[in-house]
Amino acid sequence: MRPMKKNGVRIDDSFAEAFPMRGTAILITAPNRRWARQAATTMTGFATSVIGCGAEAGIDCERPGNITPDGRPGARVLMFAMSSDTLQTQLVNRAGQCVLTSPGSACFADLDGTDRLPIGDQLRYFGDGWQVSKKFGDRHFWRVPVMDGEFLCEATTGLTKKAVGGGNLLLMGATFKTTMHAAELAVAAMNDVEGVILPFPGGIVRSGSKVGSKYKAMMASTNDAYCPTLRGAVATKLDEDIGCVLEIVIDGLTEEAVGEAMRAGLAAIVKLGPEHGAVRVGAGNYGGKLGPFHFHLKDLLP
Amino acid sequence: MKPLVFTLKQEPDQRLDLAPLVPHLLDGQSAKEIAEIELQTTRERATVGDTFKIRPGSAESIRFEGGSTRLDNIGKDMKAGEIVVEGDCGKSFGRSLSGGNLVLTGECGPFAGSAMSGGRLEIAGDAGDFLGAPLEGEMEGMTGGLMIVRGNAGERVGDRLRRGTIVIEGSAGDYPGSRMIAGTLIVLGECGTLPGYLMRRGTIVLANPPELAPTFVDCGLHELAFAKVFSGLLRPESRAAARLLSRPLARFAGDMAALGKGEIFFPA
Repeated sequence: MRPMKKNGVRIDDSFAEAFPMRGTAILITAPNRRWARQAATTMTGFATSVIGCGAEAGIDCERPGNITPDGRPGARVLMFAMSSDTLQTQLVNRAGQCVLTSPGSACFADLDGTDRLPIGDQLRYFGDGWQVSKKFGDRHFWRVPVMDGEFLCEATTGLTKKAVGGGNLLLMGATFKTTMHAAELAVAAMNDVEGVILPFPGGIVRSGSKVGSKYKAMMASTNDAYCPTLRGAVATKLDEDIGCVLEIVIDGLTEEAVGEAMRAGLAAIVKLGPEHGAVRVGAGNYGGKLGPFHFHLKDLLP
Repeated sequence: MKPLVFTLKQEPDQRLDLAPLVPHLLDGQSAKEIAEIELQTTRERATVGDTFKIRPGSAESIRFEGGSTRLDNIGKDMKAGEIVVEGDCGKSFGRSLSGGNLVLTGECGPFAGSAMSGGRLEIAGDAGDFLGAPLEGEMEGMTGGLMIVRGNAGERVGDRLRRGTIVIEGSAGDYPGSRMIAGTLIVLGECGTLPGYLMRRGTIVLANPPELAPTFVDCGLHELAFAKVFSGLLRPESRAAARLLSRPLARFAGDMAALGKGEIFFPA
């Protein structure tokens, strides 16, 4: 069968296999954009994969001061984990170490829902008895005295059990430069979609993995079928004209958001074309038996 | 949805207890049944039909056209729905209110919103003493919801306030926020002597504070995120309160004669 082609870019007849996750969202505000971003960046550091980091997290979007609860610029952080318990631990640890500590910060719930994760309800104990509870309507805040004034933190934030993790695109190009160019454009397009994050560095991962290893202790190891330097030595998935593969992984609060992000990424890659970008696009899956969410590339094409 | 309307025929010649006229008690009753409800507080029988002209409608939304300072307990124990009173009313307006929207266009007597635990209570005119306060022997006053007085309030507003927010756009009498347990009290006009007397926790914001008791200690001038958040949340209800909260505020902690974890804010 001849491969699908869009604007000269070959599209694999494949699909991304994604998994259900628990997700939450908070809004971090600060006296200015720089420090809102700083707190959010620190909180979402070392959060690329649940395998080694406990949670996957990233900045969804920035919000100008006129639409945040306290009138200051903010950044929305999304966080995902495989269980509610892990997500709870990660949320409180990260907010406690990275947001509470960040100068001028405040922290608000940014996801509705009946399932709640305590955040201020835990961090309040830092106040050593001087913490103050404030309620207005159905909102509950904690004020914790700190050295620059007060840390304001909403008592709880929403938890969604409908989050989806592991949506992905595999970009294959002739050289590192062209593939990276396509990946950067795709990441920029996908970052505009609300409710998703790309947890890897700058949204891009270059060390895609397969399940298992020749070494007993390793759960996962390099995806040799996609390593260009092994093209002749293993049962490769790469064609003659491919010299570099990069992957973009997507976590989203809903299945729709993940699909939308993949659609936006694909559109950017196809628009760029094969000459200066990716010659081929694929998606990672485990045969479709492990994850309930399947994002078929052919359905997401522009 | 058409409201259920009670039009006052004339000034009643005794104090009347209007506690039965709330949405959850009137729901499903016919106009005839409602007319037979007794309201008297003396040996003289006085029914709803004697006192009001009734225009049937949904009990979810009740209107009183014409008021009197002899009408007590309007909106008492109300759980949901809406009551609008066009005129004045007597004591205990909206006592133990737990939900819904209760509005008074005129003035009211003491103990308005006494021990309310939820919902929204708005008084367009003046309120009497002990706004939101507990009755004698009760341990706590208001424990939730939002109360707004557009006019002035009497003495001891927010006595033993436990939770919820009170905004007084006019002036407050002596001892506002006395014995406060927690919660928020905002006074935009003048304020009588000794605000926050024996308060334990909670927040009082005063636009024009009198001299504070020496048991309130200076904690400096601050711009706090929580004040900005409350400013935003209060803006739809009271623009003036929102403006006050968005200014830099001096913080005095007290009452050190009690627990001392309360605070009084005022603009410097």
